[in-house]
Amino acid sequence: MSKRQYNNRVMQWVEDRLPIISLMENSGVIYPTPKNLNYWWNYGSLAGVVMVIMILTGIFLAMNYQAHPTVAFDSVERIVRDVNYGWLLRYLHMNGASMFFLLVYIHMFRGMYYGSYKAPRELLWMIGVTIYLAMMATAFMGYVLPWGQMSFWGATVITNLFSAVPVVGTDIVTWMWGGFAVDFPTLNRFFAWHYLLPFILFALVFLHLWALHTHKSNNPLGIDAKTPQDMMPFHPFYTIKDLYGLGFFMIFYLYFVFFQPNFFGEVDNYIPANPMVTPPHIVPEWYFLPFYAMLRAVPDKLGGVIVMFAGVLILYVLPWLDTSKVRSARFRPVFKQMFWIFFLDCLVLGYVGAKSPDEMFMGIMTMTTLGQIATTYYFFHFIVLLPLLGKYETTKPLPNSIAEEVAKKYAQ
Amino acid sequence: MTDNSNTLGDGSRRDFLLVSTATLGVAGTALAVWPFIHSANPAKDVLALASTEVDLSAVEEGMAITVMWRGKPVFIRHRTPSDIQMAAEVELADMRDPQADADRVQKPEWLILVGVCTHLGCIPSGQKLGDSRGEFGGWFCPCHGSHYDTSGRIRKGPAPFNLPVPPYAFTDDTNIVIG
Ligand code: HEM
Ligand code: FES
Repeated sequence: MSKRQYNNRVMQWVEDRLPIISLMENSGVIYPTPKNLNYWWNYGSLAGVVMVIMILTGIFLAMNYQAHPTVAFDSVERIVRDVNYGWLLRYLHMNGASMFFLLVYIHMFRGMYYGSYKAPRELLWMIGVTIYLAMMATAFMGYVLPWGQMSFWGATVITNLFSAVPVVGTDIVTWMWGGFAVDFPTLNRFFAWHYLLPFILFALVFLHLWALHTHKSNNPLGIDAKTPQDMMPFHPFYTIKDLYGLGFFMIFYLYFVFFQPNFFGEVDNYIPANPMVTPPHIVPEWYFLPFYAMLRAVPDKLGGVIVMFAGVLILYVLPWLDTSKVRSARFRPVFKQMFWIFFLDCLVLGYVGAKSPDEMFMGIMTMTTLGQIATTYYFFHFIVLLPLLGKYETTKPLPNSIAEEVAKKYAQ
Repeated sequence: MTDNSNTLGDGSRRDFLLVSTATLGVAGTALAVWPFIHSANPAKDVLALASTEVDLSAVEEGMAITVMWRGKPVFIRHRTPSDIQMAAEVELADMRDPQADADRVQKPEWLILVGVCTHLGCIPSGQKLGDSRGEFGGWFCPCHGSHYDTSGRIRKGPAPFNLPVPPYAFTDDTNIVIG
């Protein structure tokens, strides 16, 4: 890279000693971006904004939060009632977690639809899956902190999943608890992890962006950019587009914060944790429901746990399960339909996860049965459909270039 | 002095140094990790709180009480003759975790169990009078539907094991120490 000159002498002085000015310019201003990105490409930057909001609100919550079973619940109530703007910090944080997952889910389905996980972006995708795992761990431990009934019993049920491990299962669970039940040591260490993990997540996001900037964004056509005519500088075109999207998103997010702050929550979490009474219906937060349905679909304890973890981990090998060379679903007529069926299947799993297992679905079958069908289909999609489609699907002809397609669109 | 290539005969000595340094380094790191891991295990004060004394004299036949032991509920049920009979008469072959009732009690009228579902740790209902006791008259776990019998053995649902019997001893006719 040739040496860059800046008119501002301070910038130049820094640049000569640490080329961070050009780094920022390269990755945030002149960074070449495909011309044809649609609004599904907004969700990554939105998730980044929410991550920053989570870390900020989290740090300020931590200044008033106390991680001890005798006071944790009351300290959260105090934040909401007595701390200046504490209600705002808490509700931004609480609803921010839901927003984070919503955005990341859309971001991931976008990647699946447009084949963004395919070569040369496999590692980018895998880092993304790792971010998702870190998010799940962070959110799970954060949910324990207010020490309500759902906090306590969620923590109990989830940590007990590890008791399914043969031979050492119970020892692992005792080790995670630091005792013989979820109690003070558990709460205190969960708080420590909940503070640390978001920063690890932040570092992962950097790796994610580094990998992204190595091969640049995929695009709705799924074809490689060939000439500079296919690209545009990130600023001002995509900075503006991202900001425009952010405006809409913030209206949506803040609607919940201001008017329905407990929409995504469970009422039972406003009952202080009681280790002697299990609430009649334990449901995880909405973003875990599909996996909860998978857990309950298998009648065997260890089997259920394995299937549930496999449901997430299979995403790591997605780039190798989908063998089609064509990325975008636009040119894969059968895959496109399968994608939507898969999407629907995930919604069904989420629905089943929210219901009690013996409940009937439209009078035909129990939720457990429906969950079993949906779980089977979930894995069938990855393990059978994707490899077969890669082999047998007749794809549509790919366009010559991004620039040509964009020109065609605007000629009309 | 320029002889630092491996081809001049002392290659094996360099290899030895490299391999032994690496081995020692890995072993040392592994040993250093243990204190961190073990610090997460129950501390001495947590272990010290590990026994509970209970006076059973007020618990009438057919009644049950719940006490805390190591942060967990322990179910103590004063069983009726019909409870005991039901527990003794079932075919062990039909069970997921076969165990004779006699092996689970010290005195047949006193059934003492850790009241934590062996599936994922919820607390089964059946201690209070109006509670659902499941299809086998013992306890019912509402979380994912496990049924336990009048000996606390798993009979139906996802739980893999019977409700465990904690270590306990009768100090006299009506007093026990759990743990
Ligand atoms: C990756 C970003 C993060 C996610 C997804 C997340 C998620 C959550 C969730 C779901 C809750 C429970 C909300 C409730 O029901 O009240 C929570 C609570 C909490 N979080 Fe975070 N969190 C994140 C980052 C942080 C950070 C960086 C801190 C800094 C210390 C933090 C501190 C807290 C505290 C003190 C609470 C308890 C107060 C409360 O419940 O409102 N969080 N978090
Ligand atoms: S925890 Fe009791 S049935 Fe699952």
